[in-house]
Amino acid sequence: MTCLHLLLTLVFAVSLGTPVEIQRPRGVPLTKKPFYEENKPFTCLDGSRTIPFDRVNDDYCDCKDGSDEPGTAACPNGSFHCTNAGYRPMFIPSSRINDGICDCCDTTDEYNSGAKCENTCKELGLKERDVLQKMAEITKEGFLLKQQLIEEAKKGREEKQGKVTDMQENKKQLEEKVEALRTVKETAEQPEKEAKERHLKAWEEQKAAIRLEKDKAKMAEAFLELDDNADGFVSVSELQSHAELDPDADGTLTETEVQGLMGGAAQVDTSTFESVWTNIKDKYHSESQPEEPAPVETPPEEVKEPVVDNDSEPFPEDDISEEEDEDEDDEDDYHEDDDKVLPTVKTPEKSHEDGEAMLPYDPDTQTLIDAAQKARDDFEDSEKALREMDDQIRNIEKELSFDFGPDAEFTYLYSQCYELTTSEYIYRLCPFNRVSQKPKYGGSETNLGTWGSWSGPENNKYLVMKYEHGTGCWQGPNRSTTVKLTCGKETVVTSTSEPSRCEYLMEFTTPAVCQEPANMDLLPHGHEEL
Amino acid sequence: SAPPCGCFILQRWVPLIVLLCVSARAVDRSNFKTCEQSAFCKRQRELKPGRSPYRALLDTLELSDSRITLQLINDNNKVRLLLELYRLQGNMTRVKINELKPLKPRYEVPDVLISDPITETLSVVSQDENSLVLSLGGKDQRLIVSAQPFRLDIVEGPQVLVSLNSRGLLAFEHLRARKDTKSELEQATEQENVEQRTDEDGQIKEEEDKPGMWEETFKSHTDSKPNGPSSISLDFSLPGVEHVYGIPEHADTLKLKNTDGSDPYRLYNLDVFQYELHNPMALYGAVPVLISHSTDRTMGIFWLNAAETWVDISSNTAGKVRVISSEAPQTDVRWISESGIIDVFIMLGPKPADVFTQYASLTGTQSFPPLTALAYHQCRWNYNDQEDVKSVDQGFDEHDIPYDFIWLDIEHADGKRYFTWDPSKFPQPKEMLQGLMDKRRKLVAIVDPHIRVDNGYKIHNEILSKNFYVKNKDGGDYEGWCWPGNSGYPDFTNPEMRAWWASKFAYEQYEGSMENQYVWNDMNEPSVFNGPEVTMHKDALHGGWEHRDVHNLYGLYVQKATADGLVERSGGVERPFVLTRAFFAGSQRYGAVWTGDNAAEWGHLKISIPMCLSLGLAGISFCGADVGGFFKHPSAELLVRWYQAGAYQPFFRAHAHIDTPRREPWLFGPENTALIREAIRQRYALLPYWYQLFYNAHRTGYPVVRPLWVEYPNDVATFSIEDEYLIGKDLLVHPVTDEGATAVTAYLPGKGEVWYDVHTFQKHDGEQSLYIPVTMSSIPVFQRGGSIICRKDRVRRSSSCMENDPYTLYAALNSQGSAEGELYIDDFHTFNFEKAKQFVHRHLSFSANTLSSRNLAPDSQFSTASWIEKIVIIGGSQPSSATLKNADDTESALEFEFDSTLAVLTLRKPGVNAAADWTVILR
Repeated sequence: MTCLHLLLTLVFAVSLGTPVEIQRPRGVPLTKKPFYEENKPFTCLDGSRTIPFDRVNDDYCDCKDGSDEPGTAACPNGSFHCTNAGYRPMFIPSSRINDGICDCCDTTDEYNSGAKCENTCKELGLKERDVLQKMAEITKEGFLLKQQLIEEAKKGREEKQGKVTDMQENKKQLEEKVEALRTVKETAEQPEKEAKERHLKAWEEQKAAIRLEKDKAKMAEAFLELDDNADGFVSVSELQSHAELDPDADGTLTETEVQGLMGGAAQVDTSTFESVWTNIKDKYHSESQPEEPAPVETPPEEVKEPVVDNDSEPFPEDDISEEEDEDEDDEDDYHEDDDKVLPTVKTPEKSHEDGEAMLPYDPDTQTLIDAAQKARDDFEDSEKALREMDDQIRNIEKELSFDFGPDAEFTYLYSQCYELTTSEYIYRLCPFNRVSQKPKYGGSETNLGTWGSWSGPENNKYLVMKYEHGTGCWQGPNRSTTVKLTCGKETVVTSTSEPSRCEYLMEFTTPAVCQEPANMDLLPHGHEEL
Repeated sequence: SAPPCGCFILQRWVPLIVLLCVSARAVDRSNFKTCEQSAFCKRQRELKPGRSPYRALLDTLELSDSRITLQLINDNNKVRLLLELYRLQGNMTRVKINELKPLKPRYEVPDVLISDPITETLSVVSQDENSLVLSLGGKDQRLIVSAQPFRLDIVEGPQVLVSLNSRGLLAFEHLRARKDTKSELEQATEQENVEQRTDEDGQIKEEEDKPGMWEETFKSHTDSKPNGPSSISLDFSLPGVEHVYGIPEHADTLKLKNTDGSDPYRLYNLDVFQYELHNPMALYGAVPVLISHSTDRTMGIFWLNAAETWVDISSNTAGKVRVISSEAPQTDVRWISESGIIDVFIMLGPKPADVFTQYASLTGTQSFPPLTALAYHQCRWNYNDQEDVKSVDQGFDEHDIPYDFIWLDIEHADGKRYFTWDPSKFPQPKEMLQGLMDKRRKLVAIVDPHIRVDNGYKIHNEILSKNFYVKNKDGGDYEGWCWPGNSGYPDFTNPEMRAWWASKFAYEQYEGSMENQYVWNDMNEPSVFNGPEVTMHKDALHGGWEHRDVHNLYGLYVQKATADGLVERSGGVERPFVLTRAFFAGSQRYGAVWTGDNAAEWGHLKISIPMCLSLGLAGISFCGADVGGFFKHPSAELLVRWYQAGAYQPFFRAHAHIDTPRREPWLFGPENTALIREAIRQRYALLPYWYQLFYNAHRTGYPVVRPLWVEYPNDVATFSIEDEYLIGKDLLVHPVTDEGATAVTAYLPGKGEVWYDVHTFQKHDGEQSLYIPVTMSSIPVFQRGGSIICRKDRVRRSSSCMENDPYTLYAALNSQGSAEGELYIDDFHTFNFEKAKQFVHRHLSFSANTLSSRNLAPDSQFSTASWIEKIVIIGGSQPSSATLKNADDTESALEFEFDSTLAVLTLRKPGVNAAADWTVILR
């Protein structure tokens, strides 16, 4: 038989230098010792059955709850208690007893496996105390810093609120100023408008007169051209030679159509030709200039923008693989230069028809225009100032609206950025704004998420920040970042990782999460149960 | 890991080159050839059944002790072939056909057969002018050679078992001189001359070239085909057969489908991105073994050819509701390969087990893995760094979930230079490995066969200096794109190269490696991102042979060389464990395979069963699918169901694509964590049974997991079942593979047999369909009445932690009140079981109220600390006493409990050593 195990074990606990021996079955915590009375039948702790005491820790599972085998691996659901004197006691699943792996620092879990375990409890205890002490110091200092942060935040908040109040007042004045200037502007614009209209009208009239004269000259010219036989009359047949005049554009200019154009007359003289000219002038092709250029009314061809648009730039497939014929974009790497400003090509202001520039304004009109322009400029300046003021107010209000923690202790992080450089990337955390990643050796920045929300555990949501909706991933989600906050004297990003594709994790220390230090006396002494 | 979408993404390699994928949804079929697009397949398939032009020249018969040879002539072109016939030990016939005088040697597949098969005398029974009858021994089995048209029939008494070339589809494209360098005019003249000459003197007549004979272009890739056409084809008719199986790897049903009107099943190792289910497209591996089965007989056809191969299956009963009585069922199978010779083994059964034995005698058996390899594997592309590995390891302990292996995919290596470690992510690999070793756990690191072309990379430089790379058609080193970017491909067909590769696994060579580190070979089809069909150009050169000839063999060699390396590094002591994605006939000798890059879809969960069953029939037992699905993100329900199914499949590994969210077992809420924990624990408790089955698979070649028909060959109801299967012969598993399932219907076979639900001990009769209501915790598993299964019910954090734990025996009684089983124990990881006969193999039997343990291997020797802690007799009756009798005749009374409602008798703590002789007598 392989399984003769020590029923009882001597537990040595070192407490204040005084050794204490307490006998109880292996793996039983002191608190449960009373249930395991030597030489009395043992009742499973769930009360399901009673067995002779020699079946406790006999390496066979009798109790459904595993309570008869606290010191062996026989029960699937049992647990083993190690005292770990010098460190902290713990329970391990029964399956870890004698599995060849040292779990308890006091080595008691490996009593029959051949595993060579060393008692490391003292060392661990010291280390833990050391760590706790350091932590406590950090917490203490951090907490002091936090108080300052709270103070500063409070002050800052008050200042900002005061500022907003002042600005609101200024804003009111500005608004009034804007209104006043608007009136001035409108007052100045009225005479300007009238003068301009006058000027324009005069110009139009002048232009019409010129046009009429030109038309008349053209008409006379046309008459002479049409009057083939120079008899002083234009006849139906003479007109019919101009096929372009065909009203229904069916390719033939019939006599009837010509008569229609001539108002029923068989021939017209120079004076009656005027009405005929009205009918034909739009289509008439001069015989002397058969290829008259297109009328000026036809808009000039749109000026083409130079092709700099990267969407239309063919992907340089040849560089990669002959297999690629149905590529899709990977937005990550593809549109890096979207922000590049396209050179705006101004369509030159169209000159007036016939290429004739309008006459300059007369001095009176020009004076009115100058006055109006000044009023406009003044008005626009004041309006701009108002908008800027609005922006400022809005920014401060936005800042004031952030949840900077129960005591506004996170306020100082606002509009700051913290960087961490790894072997490949520079990570940048701008709290309440965004997280980004930039390759160390050139390349564009990737957005790892913009500020989402506090998302720590229910009891303290201010331990975790969540940044969401970053740049999308191929076949995956948008990038997002979880920032875990721990207490520290410094405000610094301590690590970043990407546990899952496109889901980043950042560790960030800040005094703002330091809790009021616990009493140092509460530190464990390694054997609370004694 | 995945080839990115038939194109490639080299994110880390050159950040600016981004490759893009067609569609994330499914395979881009246009990347892969159909038969129509594969010139030789098209040519061959255009040939329809009819009278064969081949004639056997019986007067050329030569008979020796070991074989018969005959010449065949093609009456159309007068090309002569040499037919070799062998009768092999163990009821097999080998048929070889090659050109009598090929222009140059044709490839004959080496290294697949474990040795020259032992021949038996083939004697002539009778001969006339048109036929030759040979005796195959046994029960009046005959091999009949008909001369004109040439055909072969294997008969047993009056019954034809299989006919070759009965449909006249033997086609052997002889090697010919290239003509295309001559001018067209010359060619035309020559053509005429040839034809005239043929008519006159019967010399070899040259056929007209058909498209694709001398050059073939697919997409942008041109195959230069310097040797011209070389394909071969042969048909097999199987009278009385309606069910054929095997020829993995396809994502298709267990029972092979009729391919009339569709593409043939294709065997050509390919890296298929996001493969589709239920079609005959080629996948990562190829085993050209087809098994036919009917109530009368089970047989196998092993087509030993490593070139691209297509298999047509035509059944006269396919699609018909009922066989018309006048027409006997028949299945016709046609094999087409691009090059090489016809070398086919006909395994005549007659029982399923005989076919397994026969095939194992040719290509060897499943390697016996170390026990730990049968436990649970946790994989992901990628565990990011040492810290990540450590925290995942801790996660398993925190959630009390057992696991043995954590896996590292390609990102672990420095710039995809295998055999190295990323210096920033894995700066201290030995520290990491030691941490795992302290927990008695292991690690697998990937080593792929594509080698980064980089003169700062030692491995590359050595291969270069030793001239070990595969060559392109022009003689330079072949280069292709794979994960590292530009890569070379070592010529694994070269034994010197393999020996060198193996030596690279020595601890002092592979820096940072330790004895608890094992290896995974991926991308060994080989995958070439910018190659034709994402693989190597067929005109690439392996020494004197074209890649065309050796393609399907490449992956086998990679795994072999790697496994050899692991054995060597331990001085020949330790059993290796190597996972491969590509495989061929014989790959079972080198480790495990998995079904490649599947997806987190219910259909993929379901198909994992027939895919692994097909592989098992073809000799490869150590098979599994990525638990959870590689691509995409599984729902919690799918993930849980996949763990439950995977826990009962031979190779049990969770894996995930790099772009999917993390999915360690505890990330889906406490309820799902508990369900996954329970599934994995069931696996660990059953490890002794799995181990014993692998031992038997290693000895006999029987598959570890089996379709029901293998054990119930006369029950036609089992022939098409693929949603449940047997582990060994004693456990029947019907995993839940439907979303939202509230019940499954399981077929329990065996007239007069009984089955017990392993969780509740409820008893059910055989030969019935059982409706089983299920909840999320249900994994329907039944133990056959008449079996004894040994478990280790003390599940611990890893299988190594359980090595000395006691066994519980579960004896499930049949209707005669008896049961039997086996127990196998050794050191679980070395070759000492084989070299030094250090193992325990016990036969356990219960009958007439006596349970005894008998030594099955009296000449073996091994001492174990394990003992028998409990015996559970299911379906028993209540005794008045139970007495344990030890080998030294000492007796002691055993306490027991009896559950009368379920008829389960539990004997408390016999305490005998598991290696000892003992008897328990119930009175």
